[in-house]
Order: sequence, then structure tokens, then C-alpha cells
Amino acid sequence: MNVVSKLNADADRRVRKGKLKSKVITLAHGGGGKAMRDLIDDVFVSSFSNEHLNTLEDQARFELSDLARLGDRLAMTTDSYVIDPIFFPGGDIGKLAVCGTVNDLAVGGAIPLYLTCAMIIEEGMQVDTLRQIVQSMADTARAAGVQIVTGDTKVVERGSCDKIFINTAGVGIIRADRRLGSDTCRTGDRILVNGYLGDHGAAVMDARGDMCLESAIESDCAPLQGLIETLFEAAPGTKFIRDATRGGVAAVLNEIAESSAVGIAIEEDRVPLRAEVRGFCEILGLDPLYLANEGKLVMVVPEAEAEAALAALKSHPYGTHSVDIGAILADGQPGRVHMNTSFGGTRIVDMLIGDQLPRIC
Amino acid sequence: MKYVDEFRDPAKAKALMVEIGKISDRLADKLGRPVYIMEVCGGHTHTIFRYGIDNMLPDSIELVHGPGCPVCVLPMGRVDDCVAIAERPEVIFTTFGDAMRVPGSKKSLLQAKADGADVRMVYSPLDALSLARKNPDREVVFFALGFETTMPSTAMTVLKAEAEGIRNFSLFCNHITIIPTIKAVLDSPGLMLDGFLGPGHVSMVIGNAQYDFIAEHYRRPVVVAGFEPLDILQSIWMVLKQLDAGEARIENQYNRVVPEDGCAPALEAITKVFELREFFEWRGLGSIDHSGVKLVDAYAAYDAEVKFTVRSIAIADPKSCQCGEVLKGVIKPNQCKVFGTACNPETPLGALMVSSEGACAAYYRFGQKKATMDAKAGRELEEVGA
Repeated sequence: MNVVSKLNADADRRVRKGKLKSKVITLAHGGGGKAMRDLIDDVFVSSFSNEHLNTLEDQARFELSDLARLGDRLAMTTDSYVIDPIFFPGGDIGKLAVCGTVNDLAVGGAIPLYLTCAMIIEEGMQVDTLRQIVQSMADTARAAGVQIVTGDTKVVERGSCDKIFINTAGVGIIRADRRLGSDTCRTGDRILVNGYLGDHGAAVMDARGDMCLESAIESDCAPLQGLIETLFEAAPGTKFIRDATRGGVAAVLNEIAESSAVGIAIEEDRVPLRAEVRGFCEILGLDPLYLANEGKLVMVVPEAEAEAALAALKSHPYGTHSVDIGAILADGQPGRVHMNTSFGGTRIVDMLIGDQLPRIC
Repeated sequence: MKYVDEFRDPAKAKALMVEIGKISDRLADKLGRPVYIMEVCGGHTHTIFRYGIDNMLPDSIELVHGPGCPVCVLPMGRVDDCVAIAERPEVIFTTFGDAMRVPGSKKSLLQAKADGADVRMVYSPLDALSLARKNPDREVVFFALGFETTMPSTAMTVLKAEAEGIRNFSLFCNHITIIPTIKAVLDSPGLMLDGFLGPGHVSMVIGNAQYDFIAEHYRRPVVVAGFEPLDILQSIWMVLKQLDAGEARIENQYNRVVPEDGCAPALEAITKVFELREFFEWRGLGSIDHSGVKLVDAYAAYDAEVKFTVRSIAIADPKSCQCGEVLKGVIKPNQCKVFGTACNPETPLGALMVSSEGACAAYYRFGQKKATMDAKAGRELEEVGA
């Protein structure tokens, strides 16, 4: 047998072609036997397919020399996704699981490369639902330029988890010239956000149905590695980036203020909000600064680079409505975030304790 | 946004501030001290802090934050009763979110939930009724709290339950009435108050006539105020103008929402379902006559205090608590000995730190932590010896 046909024979042996016949996920599908292999082959591998995953070893393996060509540090992160409902306007738990982890890498200046995907599935889930989620992950991964290279599947008894929980860990490489940190922010640095705030938090709250409101608000869930590269090209001195997820923009601002021991002031007039989200917040008595975002960043850039940064962000589809909302103060109180209200007053923007609750009266 | 943006116009705010300053400076000169105006309602406290109105007003006027937050006046004993009911295996205990964090003598409802009690957050009593419909084998209890603002929806829910023949639903009724509250404040010794901002949404239900005694007997002006920042400023201005003219009347600034005679169908439902209790216990204010309501005998089947044996033991507030003084406006939140230290939003000692409308929570969240007070408060703190 010549070299080529031997390689092809090897490849054929490695490509398993299990087919899932069941319409419903049962405990057997997490049992490690043939049912699980059929699930993995037919649902996960067929959607995620890439050279690393397809080897179906217990671990994905990477040439260090390939990685070292891209930068001088490895970045690693993990997140678990338990959102309810699992499908919501603008996304689903799968899309979220990829975007969240990709963004956690990208905000550190890393090029996101590889993700894991560990799933805990409640017995009784429809296979079609799972396929939808997995396909969504595959599509999002492709858009983000990452590969899902290894995973794990568990099935638990009914009631032991809420439909599906997903954990993704991710690795990426940071370029040598990027030194971001929440403790690097200094007087005069400008604070930018890449668009409308609160969309995700409002969309999910609405989707849960408790409020009985009708709205067209959609989650802003998006992979932002491309936007961040655009930012770095225009503003290589960027000091800090973080995605404003749980706790909203307020949480990130407070983290910066504390870490860098600086005072921050933002302008309420400049905080970008969609009219629908504003209305949603008004009727429920919610403060949009605390609503979660899944496609929005808080970016701290040196004053000299702010204009260029803003222009670059606005040129990107995920940054069209970018705004400069405030700055690090020269004489601010360390650790304190102020907002100059549209009304002409000033108030403190503190961290929330627990969840934000709608008004009662 | 209609009915919102017009009432947040910074240009009008500036103009009003000038007019306010002219009168309050003159009055403060005459009095030899700032003019003290109390906003009764927690929603007003929230607006004042959220828009930074307290920082915008001149030094000649001071806002005193009153006890109009029903979560803030929840006594520990009542929370213990709720926890006892919630811990019964057949009960689904439903409550508004804020009330879950108020500390009882041993635990809050949130802690009871973590320990296994079926405590669920609802946004409306109708949600609780819906749960009763969906879970016929469980007893659903709704923690009914609030002033007259929320009484109509509770009353309507009871009437709906009766109409549908739903038997596995009951209320743990902690509704309270505003007038005894205001009276308790006015009768506190050592209190200096020149006028009131009246509670806008309570008035929407009960109308304005019930405040007449404040003007006639206590000679203080009352302006029923809306909840947007310009509503607050305009109402303050209206109070000042009355004080300047030596008048004491009830005025309605919030007339786009508040009818002079209140809301007849709401009052009808309330009167059908509730009656005044002889006396009722309040956090920090002690027992006040005729301040709480309970279900009338005809609706006893929906009364959780009848369905379940409730211990109803009055628990004294912790010694370090100065909730009562803050509630009556005698001291500011940051003058309380434990403000920001032992008592903070993560570990609240009292309900004022728990509720999003509580004066202490508002101070902490929007305004001044102990270490960072403005000079005025700092001087006062020195005097109190904190």
C-alpha cells in the first residue's frame, strides 16, 4: 500500500459515522456507550467538525511553535451558561456560550483560537432542540474564527438541571505588544462603549414572560474579536477592555475605578439607549446601567487616541453606535464612579447587591 | 419620550432652582435654620437621589426622608411569621422581591429559600393567584404589603379568587395606611418640619382630602407630588411659596395622575375586602393605632393568619439600630452609628438598607457613604459624636 492510500485508510478509520436514531435525549446518551458515541458523532462532531476535533482523542493537541508565532502569552478562560429561557430574541444558549468565551479572550488582547464545549443535558430534551443549539454554536464559532476542539457530554436525571447547562473554556494568544489591565487607567483616559446598552438584559427579562410586556428588543449577543482588532489598529495604546455582562456597564466602571484607584465620571446624556429599552426600563423602574450586555464593551483609551478609536469602532458593524461616555478624573475620588445626570445633578453609580428588581409602586 | 422627557428638562430645572433659592434663602434667614421639607414616599426618595436633586438644592433647604417605604417599616416579628409559613412543606410563599431580603430575628425569606422553603418572587398578586390555579395541591400564600397604592390590586385579586372559587390561595396581609404614618411623624418630639411632599401614588387611590388635618391641625403645607425630577422641584417650590405667604393648604402638583377624590373603583374594592386593625406594629416606630389593615370576616378564608397559626411575637430591633430615628427624619442615614459599617446593603441590619426605596439604601447607593460625606453632614456627624 503506498503512502497516500495508507493515509486515506487511516483517515477513514478515524471518521466515525454514528447516527442518532432517538428523538429524545435519555440517560443512555450520557452513559459512555454506543448511544453516547452516536450522539457525539451525529450531533457534535458533524456540526463542529475540524481537524482537531475529528481525531476524537481525549484531548486536542497543538504545536507550540504554531502558537508562539502569534504572540508571547497564552490566554485561557472559562464560563458556564445556564440562561433561562434557552432561546430568546437575538440568540440562544449556544450562541451565548461561544460569544461569551470568545469575548473574554478578546478583551484581554488575545486572538481567540480554540474552545471546549462541555454539556450537561437534562434527560428528556428533544434531540432537535439540541441540534439547534449545537448548530448555533458551530455558526457562531465560524463567525468568530474559532474551533471547538474538544468536549464532554453528561446527561442527568430530570430535574437535576434546567434543560441544558453549557461550559466553554477557551484559549488564545496575546501579541507581545499588548499590555491591558484594569489597573492601568489614568487621568484623562476616555471611556468608550460600542453601542446601545441593556439590550440583552431587557430582551431576556422580557422573554421570561413574567412582565407580560410586548417588545421587539433583541439580545445584542455577538463575537467581538474583529471589533477589538479594529480598535487596536487605530488605538494601540488602549489600556483596558471588558465586556459589560452581568452587572452591566456599572459593574465594569466600578472595577476600573477600584483597580486603578481612580475616580470616573460619565455623562448620562451620552449613554446610548434604544428607545424601546429606555421605555422598558422606565415602566419597570430599572436602571439600564445595570442591565447585562452580551455584545458591548467598555474600553479605556488614552485621550490622544480616543478620536481615532471612536472612528475605527464606528466603521465596524458591531460598533456603529459607539460613543465616548466619560473619562477618568484628575481629582476624582479613588474607587468612585459618578454620573452627571441629564437633569443637571450628580449621582454615584455604585455596584449592585444582588439582582435589580422592578419597582412595586 | 412622552410624560418622561418633559419632566426631566434641565433648562426648566435650572429656572426652578433659581426661584427655589430665592424663597428658601429668605425663609432660612427668618428661621435661623434651613427649611425642612419631608418627602413621605420612598419613590420620591429614590428620584431625589437618582437625579442628584439633593446635591442641586441650596443649603437653605433640606430634604428629610420620611417613612413611606412599606418594606422599610416591616418589623422583624412579621418577617419571622412569613418564614414560619413559608417553611411549611405544603406552602408556596410568594412575595415582592425587596421583601425577600429583610432580616427576621433568625433569617430572611431569601435565606429560608436557600434552606429549602418554597419562596418565589412575583411581580403582582395576580401571579400568585395564577400559581394557586396551576398548583391545586399546594397552598399559595401572597405576602401583601404596601400602602394604599398596592391595596387595590391585592383586593381585586381576592375578589377574583372568590369569583373563580379558588380556595388554595391566601394573603399574609401587611398593608399599612399612610395617614397614621404621617401623624406619627408629626407627633414625634424634637422633630423640625416645615412642609411635606405628599405621596403621589397613594393619593391617586385615596384622593387629597385625607391630608386636610395636616394643614388645619398641624399648620403645615402639603403638596402632593409626582415622581419625575421636575415634579419634585415644582412641588418643593409650591411648598416654599405657601410658607412664604404664611399659608398651610393641600395642593395637588401631580394632577395629571391624581384625581381630587381618588379612584372610586379602587376604594370600593379596598373597602369591601379590608378593615383597619386596632393597632399594628411598625419597624422603628413601635405600635400605631389603626395603621394596618386586615381582611374582613367575610374574606377570612383568604387570610393566612387565620389559615395558619402565626406566633406574632413582637421582636425588638437590634440595639444598634437607629431605624426609627431615620424613618422619622430625626437623623439622616449617614448619621446612624452603623450606617455603611455593620449595616450595609450586603449585610443589612434594618429594612431601610434593604429596600431599593429605603433612605439608607438610597444614600448608600446614590449618595454618600460614611467616609465621603459633604462638609455639612460631616459637621453634623461630629456633633452626634459618631
